[in-house]
Formats: sequence, C-alpha cells, structure tokens
Amino acid sequence: MKFIYPVFFSCTMLVSFNGVSQDMLDELGEDPKEMERVTASFKNSKVINAQSTETTHKGVLDFRISHRFGMLSGGLYELFGLDQASLRLSFDYGITSRLMVGFGRSTYQKTYDEYIKYKILWQTDGSNKMPITLIWYSNMAISTLKVPENLPYEFKFTQRLVYTHQLIIGRKFTEGFTAEILPTVVHRNIVATAAEKNTVYVIGAAGRIKLTRRIALNAEYFYVLPDQLAKDATGKDIYTNSLSIGFDIETGGHVFQLHFTNSPIMIDKGYITETTQKWTDGDINFGFNISRVFTIVKPKKKEEPETEAPIE
Amino acid sequence: MKAKLIALTVLTIVAFTSQAQTKYFTKKGKIVFRSETNMETIEATNDRVTSMLEVESGKLEFAAAITAFEFEKALMQEHFNEDYMESKKFPKASFKGTITDMNTVDLKKDGTYPVTVKGDLTMHGVTKNITEKGTITVKGGKISAAANIDVKCKDYNIKAPSKVAEVIQVKINIASYEPFKK
Repeated sequence: MKFIYPVFFSCTMLVSFNGVSQDMLDELGEDPKEMERVTASFKNSKVINAQSTETTHKGVLDFRISHRFGMLSGGLYELFGLDQASLRLSFDYGITSRLMVGFGRSTYQKTYDEYIKYKILWQTDGSNKMPITLIWYSNMAISTLKVPENLPYEFKFTQRLVYTHQLIIGRKFTEGFTAEILPTVVHRNIVATAAEKNTVYVIGAAGRIKLTRRIALNAEYFYVLPDQLAKDATGKDIYTNSLSIGFDIETGGHVFQLHFTNSPIMIDKGYITETTQKWTDGDINFGFNISRVFTIVKPKKKEEPETEAPIE
Repeated sequence: MKAKLIALTVLTIVAFTSQAQTKYFTKKGKIVFRSETNMETIEATNDRVTSMLEVESGKLEFAAAITAFEFEKALMQEHFNEDYMESKKFPKASFKGTITDMNTVDLKKDGTYPVTVKGDLTMHGVTKNITEKGTITVKGGKISAAANIDVKCKDYNIKAPSKVAEVIQVKINIASYEPFKK
C-alpha cells in the first residue's frame, strides 16, 4: 500500500505538466480520408489514337484537331509525307465528371463518328481503395461518301455504319506511369468478301510515362486476333496491327501531341481494323493532335457565409 | 490512512480537471486566395479548413487540404494539384502559432478586436515563421477569426507559371468556431 502514495503523486504531477507538446488539431482526430480520386492519369482523353483513362471535365468542351501526314517512306520527293494530309476535327464534352460524349468528322471517307465514354469505376487511393479505372466506350462511324453508280447489290443506309465498343481498364501506377488494356469489338455492317468477319475482336494496350511536368511519352498497340480480317490471294494478311509512339506537350489550356504511327486513319474502326502499313517498311506517318479546352458550364459559386469577420 | 487516500484522490481529480482549457474548433473555415495580374485573375476557395483555438493561451492552429481548393476551371485545379502544389507529396497547408495579444480580447463583450498572430506557416514542404495582423470578432457569444495575408510563391518553393502574380493575396475567414468538448 505504501507505494501507492508516490505513484499517485507522480501521476498528478505528470498530468499537470503534460499536453503542451501535442498538436491541438490532432485532438480533432483524422478526418475519414476523403476518397481521393486519381486525376491526370493521361494528359488528354486520347492517348494517340486510342482512348485514354481520362474523360473531359464536367462542363468542359475539348476541341481537337488531328492531323496525319503522308508516309515517311515517300522520301524527299514527297517531303517525307508532308505533302499529303488527312484530318479529323472532333469535339468532346463532359456532361458529368464520368460521362463524356462527342463527335468527329474525318476527311477519310468523309466519315462522321459519334461516341460516348462512361467511367464505370474510378481509381481512388483514399480509405476505400479502387485499384483501377474501368471505362466503357462506344463509337458509331458513318461514312458519307456518295453511293457509287452501278452497285452490284442493293444499297442500304445501314451499310455506311461501323460500330466500335471498348472496355478500357487502366491504372495510374505512379505519378509518372499509367497503363491500360483495351479489349475491343468492331462490328462492320457490310464487308467486302465472305472471308472477312463482320465482327472483329481486338485487344489493345497503351501507356504513358511522364518525363517532366509538361512532357509525356505515349505508346499504343492494337492486336487484331488472327483470321478475322481479309487476306490476299496468297493467304497473307492484308491488314496490319496499329502501333503508335509519341509525345504530349502541355501548356496552360492546350495539349500538343506529336507522334509517329502506321495508321493514318484517326477513326477508331479505321486505325484498329483498316491499317495496312508496316513500320518495318518505313510506312510511318508523322502526325499531331492539338487539343484545346473551353469551360462551357462554370461550377456553381459557393455562397458567402453570413458572418464575414471584418478586417481592419 | 483513509484521510490520506481521500486527499490524494481529490488532488488527482483536481489535477485532471485543472487541465481543462477552453478550446474552440471548426471544420468549415474558409480560405480564398487570389492572384491578380494584367493577364488574368485566378481565384480559388477552400471552405473545409479545420482550425482550433485555445482561448487562455491564444494558441491557434489551422490546416487546409490542398485538393479542397476549388477553381472555376477544372483543368486549372488539376494543374494546381499535379504540377505546382504537388498535393500528393504535400497534401496540406498548415499554420501553428499564437495570438500574442489574446488577453486584449474580451469574449464576453461583442466587438471586433485587432490582434497579432505569430507562428509557423507550412506549405509545399517549406515552413516559414510569420507575424501578421488579424481580427477576432465576438458576436452573440460566437467567435470568429480573420486575417488577410500576402504569400510569395517563391518563399515556399512553388514554381507557378508566369501568368500567376508573385504575391498572392490570401483571405482567411474562420467564422464558425464551436466549443470543443473532448
């Protein structure tokens, strides 16, 4: 019993002198960590041709001019492809932070393509961790070339349509590295020969490495599963897989994307299933995308608090 | 023996209760910062600032999550977090200091009291000791604190783009202190 007195005594002394070193805010306790949604996994909603794991912000319009020159293998006479050009203009709009819609118009076959992109799962690193971003993307491409005369079969409007559907599964691994897989289905309402499939299955992969605050290195590749697309008379594949490599340079409101690709067609169904060029033959196109964002709908301004303390 | 035990128990209780300092807190403080140049005016608001104020000693602390600053332009907010403030590495801006003349504030009398605050402001991994003027307002028993301070991006190693002013005006307005009970 005797030792109780010194114990009591020291306890009271300790209690009287404590509490000065601890941060006061620590007493408030940790806020349940807000779900930190991952942002800026790519600098734009497109990697090069492929869709990225980003969508346009809510209320924001992204205007993009995409340009592909001719093939480098054209040599000096063709100024390494600069003499030829193929263009696509497109508008992406963020209806919500998860839902993006848009349309584009390409010089290739005078095609209009409309699309919708929805972020089903959003990668977070808060208390409820979501390891990946999962996006659904659908595109409908309509070619508007005039119907040729003397067509050997009846022409129907639906023959102009090609659908592309994709799941984009991606993850921002670090501030500097993001990668994604794109299982894709392309459905062509009409194909040239019976040997070609109307429904084509493809698997794509893309990634980016951020080199500096403003510059990133991107690459993408689409692998068409065998025996789906047309072959020539000798049984060799006419179509090749699309491979593109490029840089993103970002300024305040613009993203400039400069790249080399073997797919001059900028529509999803085009670069995925209609690429015929080979990197090994030097049939590479230099191209660029310029993207500019405009804030169309401003976020609602918060109300001022009633008691605003006056400043001397 | 019994008397000693009772006395000691009483002392212990007294020792514990004498620890009670009057503390006030809020999780809804507001900080607005503004950069004005000929080119562009940039403004952002954070209305989820946490703060604690201890009346007897004048100790004042507040913390603001960088990702909670809201801009009009979503892309600007993205660049602010990713490129300039590096909010993944430095998620909060915080202040720990003291209101040096807290004893001139009479909490029982409504009014606006000019005060001086001194302490450490930490942002983007850099801590600087600052001394600023502010006010404590008492109205109907409610306490609020406010201050207008100037912050230089360079002082905190923030490499802002050229369209951002060198000196940013920061308006701190913590208008909703409530008594803190453990």
